[in-house]
Amino acid sequence: MSNTPKLLLPDIPNLHEIDVYLTNGGYEQYRKAITMTPDQVINEVKISGLRGRGGAAFPTGLKWTFMPKGNEKPKYLAVNGDESEPGSFKDRQIFEYNPHQLIEGILIAGYAMGINVAYIYIRGEYHKWIKLMQKALDDAYNKGFVGQKMKEIFGNDYFLDIYIHKGAGAYICGEETSLMTSIEGDRGYPRYKPPFPAQYGLWGMPTTVNNVETIATVPAIIKIGGENYAKIGAPGHTGTLLYGVSGHINKPGVYELPSGTLLTDIIYNYAGGVKKNKKIKAVIPGGSSMPPLRGDEIEGVKMDEESLKKLGTHIGTAGIIVMDEDTDIVKVTLRIAHFYHHESCGQCTPCREGCGWMEKILKRIANGDATSKDLDLLISIANNIEGNTICALGDAAAWPVRGFILKFRDDFEKVIKHRRTFISPNIVHGRRNTASTLIYEEGTN
Amino acid sequence: MESTLNTTEIKFNEEELKQIEKIKAKYPTEKSAIMDVMWMAQKKWGWLSKEVMQYIADLLNLPYSHVYGVASFYTMYFKKPMGKYHIQVCTNVSCMLNEGDMIFEYISNKLGIGHNQATQDGLFSLEEVECMGACGGAPMIAVNEDFYENITIQKIDELIEQFRNQTKNK
Repeated sequence: MSNTPKLLLPDIPNLHEIDVYLTNGGYEQYRKAITMTPDQVINEVKISGLRGRGGAAFPTGLKWTFMPKGNEKPKYLAVNGDESEPGSFKDRQIFEYNPHQLIEGILIAGYAMGINVAYIYIRGEYHKWIKLMQKALDDAYNKGFVGQKMKEIFGNDYFLDIYIHKGAGAYICGEETSLMTSIEGDRGYPRYKPPFPAQYGLWGMPTTVNNVETIATVPAIIKIGGENYAKIGAPGHTGTLLYGVSGHINKPGVYELPSGTLLTDIIYNYAGGVKKNKKIKAVIPGGSSMPPLRGDEIEGVKMDEESLKKLGTHIGTAGIIVMDEDTDIVKVTLRIAHFYHHESCGQCTPCREGCGWMEKILKRIANGDATSKDLDLLISIANNIEGNTICALGDAAAWPVRGFILKFRDDFEKVIKHRRTFISPNIVHGRRNTASTLIYEEGTN
Repeated sequence: MESTLNTTEIKFNEEELKQIEKIKAKYPTEKSAIMDVMWMAQKKWGWLSKEVMQYIADLLNLPYSHVYGVASFYTMYFKKPMGKYHIQVCTNVSCMLNEGDMIFEYISNKLGIGHNQATQDGLFSLEEVECMGACGGAPMIAVNEDFYENITIQKIDELIEQFRNQTKNK
């Protein structure tokens, strides 16, 4: 259907096997990269306009320039494959179908920044994909593409060791500083920034943290050149993205398409449209922490960071969740709030307490024990969490709750009105019921 | 389930200890090996009892409190015995939209256990988990290390039956 190049997941059978990867020009991009100086490589990535695929869409080339030059201290690369954002399941495809491109990308990134040790952090639930990735890594080591033997194979004095670090079920470890404390062997608490990882990262040494998809894109940039890569997709957010489509959809899955592809195109042309041909009520464009779009505003929406920013949401991890017209929005919001309450690490009061409050209030709404004022209370809590925490989990929890209420206030009001079970002229009197309940309970005990 | 922990000594064998040395070599500090070592321990003993955590602490020269702290931070390390088949049901947004929450209810009723509980015979345990990164195959469950996507009530019945037979035949 599309003539655009597939840079990350090409249609080549068994590409995960090292021999197949080699016959398709594998590890040639690394050979090409080492004919350039490290600065030239970074510059090429800068020209390409590549932006991080982990959620924040930070320019990758720029991030790489933050790393100090020289070899006085060890430097590290951490590749983020924690992938825990509900709605995103793209990195898994790279581990399964194109692991060697990820390894090659790590080699190029390592060479550009003068790094000798890299860690791939993969979430614990991905047992199978950790094994697949380890297999690919072992093959690469055996061929001498990774580790000390690289020096002989590629004929320069650069080498890089790559290790896999297995997570154990914590969403927060996808946050870059938390990922580092987790690798260090502590509880995965985020650290305050500044100092930024490029100054003070793993074990206090300069570190760069990049998403799996970001790093896997690098060989493609070296292959076709930064300028050509920049011509793909939307100008402000270039290249191809792995869109993960799920929810009420006929053909859910991961689709590699240029950035800036129309959302309706992705849903209807690629992902086969909505189940049972229903209308769309809401779409989350980039994983559960991004504010949703209403079904009636998705027409003409382009899927790239700059276009979505104008609509008050973000590309995130490009995990698109489609909800049909019969979806219970309160239930969805409650489920999302529950998730963030569960995953809050508990360091910062606004997030630890606020996420709990939001969940409790939403539960009251769902159970018919709330008033319209509770919606304003929720927004107030969300506003007080946002920006007042060490890491972005607070924002991630606040955005969807506020977004759903602002976009679907009618739905919430309807639920509040129809499910309300207590009879009271106002909230204060309604609450007075508790006093008599207590007396009653005492009596029964 | 009877605990055999008190009678068997908690110790990794030679080969496992060698593997731990390899894990340590991945990192500049010993402490970083903790997550991998806990994974090994959980595989060997099924869950992380106080004795196991104390053993890991001694092995990595860490205080017990640190090991306990890390173990309690991550949901995938079991702090109590779980079933031989640990069923994890995702009920997060994409799965919920495809009735993952009903799948959870169904299994819960069928086995008579709730979230983070194990059946008395120690065969099954159930956990309501957060997104497992298989939204494209929603609703999904995982049993131990394997994913089962696009799950239906019928498939669950078959799976549970299959696991029961597997244990009987052994």
